Amino acid sequence: MLDAAFFVRWMTAAAAVIDREADRLTELDSPIGDADHGKNMQRGFTAVVKTLAAEPPATPGAVLTTAGRQLISSVGGASGPLYGTLLRRAGKVLGEADRVSAEELRSGLAAGVDAVGQLGGSAPGDKTMLDALVPGVTALSASFDAAAEAAGQGALATVPMQARKGRASYLGERSIGHQDPGAASSALLFAALAEVAK
Amino acid sequence: MSAQTAGGAAGGENAPVGVVLVSHSGPVADSVATLALGLAGDGVTVPVAGAGGTPDGGLGTSAELITKAARTVDRGAGVAILVDLGSAVLTVKALIAEGDELPEGARLVDAPLVEGAVAAVVAASAGADLDAVAAAAGEAYGYRKE
Repeated sequence: MLDAAFFVRWMTAAAAVIDREADRLTELDSPIGDADHGKNMQRGFTAVVKTLAAEPPATPGAVLTTAGRQLISSVGGASGPLYGTLLRRAGKVLGEADRVSAEELRSGLAAGVDAVGQLGGSAPGDKTMLDALVPGVTALSASFDAAAEAAGQGALATVPMQARKGRASYLGERSIGHQDPGAASSALLFAALAEVAK
Repeated sequence: MSAQTAGGAAGGENAPVGVVLVSHSGPVADSVATLALGLAGDGVTVPVAGAGGTPDGGLGTSAELITKAARTVDRGAGVAILVDLGSAVLTVKALIAEGDELPEGARLVDAPLVEGAVAAVVAASAGADLDAVAAAAGEAYGYRKE
């Protein structure tokens, strides 16, 4: 079973890996985006860690809703409301339980991923974060490691896709050949989850 | 963010709908506010606020500036929020989904930012309620330019 401390460790690990990979995320965002994804995610997760450290929430659900709220208010780009919605919806599904099972986490994240698709009006194959989130959440029913692997593969699979959502979609065929930065950062969230579950 | 209103109307039954203009750029948001009020005519008392860019003056969307602007223009008759694109749309939708971030009656209006702002401010200045303001702003999509 996973308690609130586990979820705080997950968010902290996510912030650390995003910090390490910020330059790569921004590089990925240069040819097809506005070259701020790394910096935006860094700002958002720095705020998340700060808030969680100042007032550690008592339940897994509260950790995720608090983190999501911070992302919405501090990121400054589209990834803020999208990741914020992912975590808030997942947190709401987890409710007020002190501890949750891996399966409950999976179904919470699945609801979060659905909410992200609704908010952005997108589906897998559109070259967005969903291309990493959907396989990641699906593989979560096997293991955390499998989820990290599947999300990473999902992010790589965005390279040959043509973007149908967001700024990259204006580039048409020129969006082909570049990894989607949102899918890349989504894969990092699953990597952080696998790391703290070890 | 700048809040602009000629009247300082108090709340109440005849209070005007407030208008918030969200852009990735602070100057764009504030200039569209000035433009809409200017075209709406003299003596217009509709509260209009721009919420553009990030708090440090960069390009982007700020949930903080949007909520602040919405509270500034809220007179109890609802707030019409017009946006440009991308993260501006998503942030306002996410804030509305939050439930308690924006004033009661705040609504994302599906309209072009500049033309919609003029239509919204004119309609609000004529005493239209939030539904009518939103409809007027949305109708701006129907104005073809060729």
